[in-house]
Amino acid sequence: MNLHGIWAIYRFEMARSLRTLWQSLVGPVLTTSLYFIVFGGAIGSRMQAVDGVSYGSFIVPGLIMLSLLTQSVGNASIGIYFPKFTGTIFELLSAPVSPMELVVGYVGAAATKSVVLGLIILATSAFFVPISVLHPGAMVAFLLLTSIAFSLFGFILGIWAKSFEQLNFVPMLLITPLTFLGGSFYSIDMLPQPWRTVSLFNPVVYLVSGFRWSFFGKGDVDIAVSLGVTLGFLVACLAVIALIFRSGWRLKN
Amino acid sequence: MPEPILAVTGVSKTYKGGFTALHSVDLTIHKGEIFALLGPNGAGKTTLISIICGIVTPSTGTILVAGHDALTDYKAARRRIGLVPQELSVDMFETVLATVTFSRRLFGRSGDSAYIEQVLRDLSLWDKRDAKIMELSGGMKRRVLIAKALAHEPEILFLDEPTAGVDVALRRDMWKLVHRLRERGTTIILTTHYIEEAEEMADRVGVISKGRLLLVDDKAALMQKLGKRELDLTLVDPLDAVPVGLERWRLSLLNEGRTLRYVFDATDEHTGIPSLLRELADRHIAFKDLETSKSSLEDIFVDLVEERA
Ligand SMILES: Nc1ncnc2c1ncn2[C@@H]1O[C@H](COP(=O)(O)OP(=O)(O)O)[C@@H](O)[C@H]1O
Ligand SMILES: [Mg+2]
Repeated sequence: MNLHGIWAIYRFEMARSLRTLWQSLVGPVLTTSLYFIVFGGAIGSRMQAVDGVSYGSFIVPGLIMLSLLTQSVGNASIGIYFPKFTGTIFELLSAPVSPMELVVGYVGAAATKSVVLGLIILATSAFFVPISVLHPGAMVAFLLLTSIAFSLFGFILGIWAKSFEQLNFVPMLLITPLTFLGGSFYSIDMLPQPWRTVSLFNPVVYLVSGFRWSFFGKGDVDIAVSLGVTLGFLVACLAVIALIFRSGWRLKN
Repeated sequence: MPEPILAVTGVSKTYKGGFTALHSVDLTIHKGEIFALLGPNGAGKTTLISIICGIVTPSTGTILVAGHDALTDYKAARRRIGLVPQELSVDMFETVLATVTFSRRLFGRSGDSAYIEQVLRDLSLWDKRDAKIMELSGGMKRRVLIAKALAHEPEILFLDEPTAGVDVALRRDMWKLVHRLRERGTTIILTTHYIEEAEEMADRVGVISKGRLLLVDDKAALMQKLGKRELDLTLVDPLDAVPVGLERWRLSLLNEGRTLRYVFDATDEHTGIPSLLRELADRHIAFKDLETSKSSLEDIFVDLVEERA
């Protein structure tokens, strides 16, 4: 195993994030604060508690998931897209690094950044609403699994994309709607049929639900199902990446 | 026989569009030699190097690097190879030292600051080690790419068109470095489309054109083959045909009979020029100008291809 190689990629990616530390932190923290002021304060004060949890607290897990997904996809996709764009990918392709080592380096760095960001948003939330985490172990597990799964997805996106437009298009067209419709700001039980059933095809529902369960002990779907779907998504992304490297698709001529 | 460090067998490449850039290339490189791959633009030099280095997938064929298959045992193969690409592809936001250290680690080695310092000093980059790459000139960027390729102490170094767009100082430094590397036992494979460069640098030369390796030979032997020259005489009175009795010389008429061309071999002991000029004087064929030139690389390739056909 080329541990030096993995470490080199990981450090390179972390250094890249540190160079833009302020942009990558200020944006999400500011957005989260705005959500709290609007949804938690202005609108939330007129809303009923959901499942016995005040609306402001109720949206915390969903808000974290929203940033986690966007950031994971964004970081991991640009991480592998940029070398393709500048041509420096030649070095990665010619190095004694296996596809999985490459993935561990890139996705590991993107996921690390997402987890840190998730925790920072959690801390920010604590300024606005009371927060208690019922199952801290499960919360950390969901944070990790989600970050890894969506960083893997972002990695695939970065390999697939042929332009910066495509790179921005997918998060905008896929990730944002799925998160907004994934129960970040509501319980899907609040939806009328058939939308409740339709929602069950949205994988984000399971992420948010599981994450919310780790906070409040209650979610839209069973915690085991949440965990299963999250793991399933992660494994599916890994399988796609394995296929990509086997065929050299969009990486090699 | 010297020990082979690289063996390319039956390697061909057809790109997705259907264009065949390489037709079944066989090539053996000996340990410690400097090998020049000589060919015009589009001959397939970069394609061949990219396949050996793992950047392009071959359509057919096998590659052994010090006995390790470049596809199935790619880690062992690639650890031994360093590549300086034709394009200036390097991370603009990194510092020189950071990017060279990155390369060393990426190729599986722990950061050895003494070795990296030596490489940077050899390439006159040490003073610039903390500079961001985007602040460097084109020549300096190429030096950085060379340093990156050498960072993991490769046994084989590929230099793809190393002198294209490079200033004199860098050229000189580069050749010095190449010779120093060779003394340490590094095998060097470079591509070029200048005969002079191959002549100056290499122990052996392979000529590639239109995806085919036409011949591989020791430099001296090849230069003899490539040593054809042309003598052009601008005639005072145009001729209709090459005069009878001058068949001994390889003559042809150009420019509607105004130029008489003699193709000769500069490496021959007797070029035949004095006798030709005497013969022309005897026949009162006058000329007002004369000029000799090396056959262009294109001409030589055409000759080689025709010889093969
Ligand atoms: N990715 C590619 N897709 C299709 N054709 C290519 C590709 N890369 C190179 N070629 C073609 O293959 C031929 C050989 O190119 P190359 O190996 O770069 O030649 P050289 O390095 O000798 O100039 C050229 O005709 C070039 O246009
Ligand atoms: Mg080339």
